[in-house]
Amino acid sequence: MPMNDRLSLHVPEPEVRPGDKPDFSRVEIPEAGSVRRPPEDAEAESMRDLAYSIIRVMNRDGEAVGPWAGSLSDDEIIEGLRHMMTLRAFDQRMLMAQRQGKTSFYMQHLGEEAISCAFQKALKPGDMNFPTYRQAGLLIAGGYPMVDMMNQIYSNDADPLKGRQLPVLYSARSHGFFSVSGNLGTQYIQAVGWAMASAIRQGTEISAAWIGDGSTAASDFHAALVFASTYRAPVILNIVNNQWAISTFQGIARGGSGTFAARGLGFGIPALRVDGNDYLAVHAVSQWAANRARRNGGPTLIEHVTYRAGAHSTSDDPSAYRPKEESNAWPLGDPVLRLKNHLTLRGLWSEERHRQAEAEIRAEVIAAQKEAERHGTLHAGGKPSARDMFEDVYAEMPAHLKRQRQQAGV
Amino acid sequence: MPIDILMPALSPTMEEGKLSKWLKNEGDAVKAGDVIAEIETDKATMEVEAVDEGTIGKLLVAAGTEGVKVNTPIAVLLQEGESADAAAKAPAPAAAQQPAAAETVSAQPQIAQPVPAAPKSEPAADPDIPAGTEMVTMTVREALRDAMAEEMRANDDVFIMGEEVAEYQGAYKITQGLLQEFGARRVVDTPITEHGFAGIGVGAAMAGLRPIVEFMTFNFAMQAIDQIINSAAKTLYMSGGQMGAPIVFRGPNGAAARVAAQHSQDYAAWYSHIPGLKVIQPYTAADAKGLLKAAIRDPNPIIFLENEILYGQSFEVPKMDDFVLPIGKARIHRKGNDATIVSFGIGMTYAVKAADELAKEGIDVEVIDLRTIRPMDLPTVIESVKKTGRLVTVEEGYPQSSVGTEIATRVMQQAFDYLDAPILTIAGKDVPMPYAANLEKLALPNVGEVVQAVKTVCYR
Repeated sequence: MPMNDRLSLHVPEPEVRPGDKPDFSRVEIPEAGSVRRPPEDAEAESMRDLAYSIIRVMNRDGEAVGPWAGSLSDDEIIEGLRHMMTLRAFDQRMLMAQRQGKTSFYMQHLGEEAISCAFQKALKPGDMNFPTYRQAGLLIAGGYPMVDMMNQIYSNDADPLKGRQLPVLYSARSHGFFSVSGNLGTQYIQAVGWAMASAIRQGTEISAAWIGDGSTAASDFHAALVFASTYRAPVILNIVNNQWAISTFQGIARGGSGTFAARGLGFGIPALRVDGNDYLAVHAVSQWAANRARRNGGPTLIEHVTYRAGAHSTSDDPSAYRPKEESNAWPLGDPVLRLKNHLTLRGLWSEERHRQAEAEIRAEVIAAQKEAERHGTLHAGGKPSARDMFEDVYAEMPAHLKRQRQQAGV
Repeated sequence: MPIDILMPALSPTMEEGKLSKWLKNEGDAVKAGDVIAEIETDKATMEVEAVDEGTIGKLLVAAGTEGVKVNTPIAVLLQEGESADAAAKAPAPAAAQQPAAAETVSAQPQIAQPVPAAPKSEPAADPDIPAGTEMVTMTVREALRDAMAEEMRANDDVFIMGEEVAEYQGAYKITQGLLQEFGARRVVDTPITEHGFAGIGVGAAMAGLRPIVEFMTFNFAMQAIDQIINSAAKTLYMSGGQMGAPIVFRGPNGAAARVAAQHSQDYAAWYSHIPGLKVIQPYTAADAKGLLKAAIRDPNPIIFLENEILYGQSFEVPKMDDFVLPIGKARIHRKGNDATIVSFGIGMTYAVKAADELAKEGIDVEVIDLRTIRPMDLPTVIESVKKTGRLVTVEEGYPQSSVGTEIATRVMQQAFDYLDAPILTIAGKDVPMPYAANLEKLALPNVGEVVQAVKTVCYR
């Protein structure tokens, strides 16, 4: 390092910007099956290397290989593919609905479907997710009705959240889906608190915290790791590294650390990096972490390595800050296509069945949409009740709110 | 029946946009989901998709048209067997598609638009702007950008940091062009941690720089409130005057549209509680510019509360080499004799519109724009109350411990003998902001409430 008279500020920059050729050569990708699988009760100190690798199951040909393969039955894998296809179809319809003015805002999962869909299958009833806005696969794979999700997005008279919350910030306690916070990071520490409570109550339920690469910068993330580490909370700490925090590339939040997963090492928390576009790998790693937590082995940090192929939200235009063709160059491919190839290779699936499934799923999504639209959309039809607006501010309505409600004439 | 294709709102706060390009022509068949046009908003370029299947009968708005209002028909879609002529006779769709819902506020005629457009009437002359100064029309957004750019040109110690301020040009495009002019050393994209970068800013200010910290919204600054209050506001005092934090925390504050409970809060009253802080909440573009420049030069920590809905509104701004306004001075926005309305920020939109309506009924209202919440220019308010004897305050924040209740207390203490009626305070409803448009409208103050309050204090 040369000695300078004057200091200068280092500002990380992505390799490429709009107009440049996409370049992911910095993303080191180990061969599928090459990363070891430690026992679920192994010491955290014995697996520090896993924070710097990527656990992958499906290889380029679509075969499931290595020690992480085999966590799911054939039927479960087919179901998983259908969940991802459903989430994708759901996104397409709702994006279109937003462009048609039926809702004000939407956030899609394109390219990230495997993460939430596969993760949910590692949980049990009673477990609780503390999700961000890009984990609707937890609901889809958990069997939550699509029409209720759409009613929420349309903010109509059947909206389970009564017109109070932004589109896609769902809340479904019965399905282990904590109310999504619009302010980032806050729920990471809450998930740890929930898990500690489960342990204090001597329960059997575990929790899952979710955060994006960008929000790991938030203080809540670091506080969550301290508590999870100190009290060995039964929590799975998920980081979805989709490379982009709106326009800010992941290097701004990651800084000099090798990987986001490596953040866990200083806390003595086992940290696994997984191919987030590999449904089988995400499930196997999630299952490993869930089993460990259930056996009182404490927290696991999982970095899901993926790519946000779509815009951040319907208010975003990514062509302003990254090359348009960058998502095609993403080396981990498309999660739906990869699982489809795997099933096809094994003779469990075919082009024909895929087309048929696509048509069925599309029909299901459209049927749900029609039902939701009968209850209304942002601009037309039934609206949430103005009377309800004054409910739930407190457990019991105080006199001054009753008065305000009366004055409002509802 | 032919279907009108309406200009969609492509973001929650979009009110109008430029129809930049048609991708379908008259006579083209379209399926639901086909991209038919491209629209530019102040944030991004977006595609508009067809809702239904049919044939484009007529394009009603030419490509390249700017300022097309949301929900204006932009094209007509014909169903099988229909002709373009039938389209011309088709009734406007909006009324037919809205079933009367007994429980919704749309059935309540006295509920007015939550955000009235900028008034057409000229503001009363600001004594801080020399008479005869040439005025230029600009948006609040441009005024804020210009204020920062001018101060950054004048002082190399001034820099801006926050989420999305550099490469993206600001989440609300307030820092447009600043990265290009001043470079990455002075326009800094930060990691997502308000607590973190507010602390970095306080540290930098203590080291002698002049940071402007942009919060994507003040709602996110709740995370940073410990740095703002326990450090920025108090260190000068606690260090025996040795070191202070000359820093500006700025960003949109309060409700925009359809962003619900966690993104719609007005922090004027919160920050105004704290000694050591100055709190500014401008309404016009001129005040935004003159006061932001003053804030950047001020040796104290400043909370500068903007509003997303006001960003796109245009006002007259004096064309001066160095237009700086005094912090802590209210401005009489409109002169009147019968009653006084005091407001600030977006609350002014209700106040101004109410004054217009009351004028039609022969009630001559004086409207005072507080501009700065702390220090508060109470003498200007009291002078007005001495003249009118009646006072109504208007703000969007919650009713308890509000700016209005503070004004009411002080006016009662200092000008009790001049009051001819109890002071009324108009605020938002005492509920977290709902998302749904009808509920949001109901939760915010409205022009009708302000009109009614003025009539009440005038015993009319």
